[in-house]
Amino acid sequence: MTRTELVDWARNHYEDLDFTAARRWLADTPGGKAGGYLPVYTPREVLHASGFLPVGIHGAGDLLETIRGDAFYQSYICHLPRSVIELAQSGRLDLLSAVLFPSTCDVIRNLSGMWKLLYPEIYVRYIDVPQVPDPASALEFWEGELRRLLHDLGEISGRAPSDRDLRGSIALYNEMRQVIRDLYRVRRERPWDLPTEELYLLLRAGEVTPPEEFILQARRYLAAVEADPRRRRDNSRVIVVGAFCEQPPLGLIKSIERSGCYVVDDDFLLGNRFLLRDVPVEGDPVRALARAFVENDLRTAVRYEGDPDGKKRLMGEQVAAASADGIIFATPSFCDPALLDQPMLRGGAEREGIPCISFKYAENTGQFQQYREQAGTFSDSIKLWGGG
Amino acid sequence: MAEALKDRSMLLQKEMLASHFARLEQAPETGEPVVYTFVPGNLTELIRSFGALPVLPEINALQSGMRKLSGDYIAEAERSGHSEDVCTYVKCDIGMLRSGNLGPSGTKLPKPDLLLLSYTGCYTFMKWFELLREEYNCPVVFFHVPYQGDGVLEPEQRTYMLRQLREQVIPALERATGRKYDEDTLRHSLGLAAEAEDDLVAVLHAGKRRPSPIDGYFGTVYYVGPMFSAFRGTPEGVEYYRTLRREVEERAAAGLGPITPDGPLNDQRYRLVVEGPPNWTSFRDFWKMFSDEGAVVVASTYAKVGGTYDFGFRHNPADPLGTLADYCSGCYTNLNLPARVDMLARYVREYQADGFLINSVKSCNSFSAGQLLILREVEKRTGMPGAFIESDLVDPRYFSAANIKNRLESYFQMIDARRQGKTA
Repeated sequence: MTRTELVDWARNHYEDLDFTAARRWLADTPGGKAGGYLPVYTPREVLHASGFLPVGIHGAGDLLETIRGDAFYQSYICHLPRSVIELAQSGRLDLLSAVLFPSTCDVIRNLSGMWKLLYPEIYVRYIDVPQVPDPASALEFWEGELRRLLHDLGEISGRAPSDRDLRGSIALYNEMRQVIRDLYRVRRERPWDLPTEELYLLLRAGEVTPPEEFILQARRYLAAVEADPRRRRDNSRVIVVGAFCEQPPLGLIKSIERSGCYVVDDDFLLGNRFLLRDVPVEGDPVRALARAFVENDLRTAVRYEGDPDGKKRLMGEQVAAASADGIIFATPSFCDPALLDQPMLRGGAEREGIPCISFKYAENTGQFQQYREQAGTFSDSIKLWGGG
Repeated sequence: MAEALKDRSMLLQKEMLASHFARLEQAPETGEPVVYTFVPGNLTELIRSFGALPVLPEINALQSGMRKLSGDYIAEAERSGHSEDVCTYVKCDIGMLRSGNLGPSGTKLPKPDLLLLSYTGCYTFMKWFELLREEYNCPVVFFHVPYQGDGVLEPEQRTYMLRQLREQVIPALERATGRKYDEDTLRHSLGLAAEAEDDLVAVLHAGKRRPSPIDGYFGTVYYVGPMFSAFRGTPEGVEYYRTLRREVEERAAAGLGPITPDGPLNDQRYRLVVEGPPNWTSFRDFWKMFSDEGAVVVASTYAKVGGTYDFGFRHNPADPLGTLADYCSGCYTNLNLPARVDMLARYVREYQADGFLINSVKSCNSFSAGQLLILREVEKRTGMPGAFIESDLVDPRYFSAANIKNRLESYFQMIDARRQGKTA
């Protein structure tokens, strides 16, 4: 497949609000179930091992007019849950036998209760990850939560997963994490060859297709990138921070890139890269999965930062790792995790002299000119006066 | 505006608070350690068992709101980069700190020796203390209270909390205060807490009477003040709730309603249940919109953010750490939405309310996200009309008196119309 064909494949999945690929998988897989999950982190291995196709629920972006969803929320609540409700109320999520709501924020937490009230026939689980810095109690708690989840999902699917099943799923998702790391590495090294628009579409496809299919397509895409080198432009290198839950509209990502910025790191669809290392496939697989989370180094707004200086250092470290020139804080309106973190992160960045700009968006934002101008001016200023 | 009328218990509470803030101001000299923590999931008895003084930032913020100081504090925080979209309690607290850290009584608040981050029912708490840690450069101990997503506290979740208390929270308090954990002192304090909780529940249940001798929302935010802040498990707390109960029972025996700032509310035309926190910046005006119409609130969920005692929970001295875990887990905002709906529907029925009202505050997603569905569910289950108004906790920009008054008047007319329909 050519790069264009692969990007079209990904785009079709991104734009498909009926989840056709997942429905096809259900039709082709006797006894298979679909399990939805919301941002940010869900252990998809558990769903997969229990006979579920994990399906990422990331709202409808700017692809669907939200009418019913708005009737459930006040104006000062972010947009993501509105479009999720819109999808559900319009029957588009009727393929799901279970929905998992991670402990991202109070809006997603409360959405789990709304789901229980609205769809009592669906299995709903709030995924309360351990926040304590003490690894022993965190591990014990998280392992218990994972075992409960495995038990419950197994009952729904009628397929209580064995250790071997779970190891198989862990190995599969290790492979998926690896290919995503490869994609991010290539973009970091040669952002002109691997535009963020294409990377993002590919990752979105990975949220709604079987992992084996995504891995195959992602490898093909990497090969296509190598076969199709592009001209390097004199763009600034930026990282985008704050977009880990409600996703930006594709137009916003394109606007940043077309304004003269190479995005060399981001936190879009962060659940994909939440675990920074592979999960061991030896030993007790539940414990291995639990340990991978507890010992994970990722620092993000949805986890407690135990290091008093951690927030201040984080942006400097990420900018250095990506060889970036500056930071764009792109944050959904009314997003508590991102917006409450921002003063700490920005303070740390400015302490190190890293240029920053910030703006807010909603997933259904339709006008991008202001973002393009802001990002373009930012890029120009970096070129004129230097980056971090 | 005329001087607000006050109950005897309110005057007593005022003295208790003044004394507490005076001790806090003197803490740098007296050497009394200071622990900041939050109202939901507060471990007051444990903190006090180490001889430490608790500080509750939400209470400072709400009192700054009542004293018309919060607008300037919020502006100060927003000037330093805090978003207009986020919790105004946090911004009020940060702004107060940057403006000299004068507490609600005008006395200077001491720096914390420890931030006890009881992560109970509110995501923002985590960020709030990460932010305060940067300001104060002091240790933080994290106490993770699992959310009751399935409506119950699982045994493993309780074990997780107990382990944190033993292995993290208590050692952190020992380090911060220089004292060893003393379980006998804690048990004694928990016994005092249970005694006061009995009296508080008797007061809350008085809302079932006609006329109600209490206001279960506006009045009750005062009633729960000592329990939700520094005085649970103290002799002063026991004395306060004994006095309050006696006062309420006297009013009930005399067939009198609650004292509002503008006088007694004896002629009660509407009995309401309320969900959501109050607005603090226009608290008295807000209350007056109800009392002018003869509306009394007989029960509210907000009065349960610091504990759901009216459903039977009492601190149990026989199981000191277990009871603290159970307490934290059961605080209102740690309950899932179906449990909240159950609670509201039960209040409407048991307190024979004419309807229920949701005051949705912009600041607090823990309360606000899902409230429109709660409204529909409670209407469906009880057959009673619900109303929905919007304001904020301590940001005066989000209190529109005319809009709220119009909506309340329309709501009371709707209740009247239903009554006429029933009697026709």
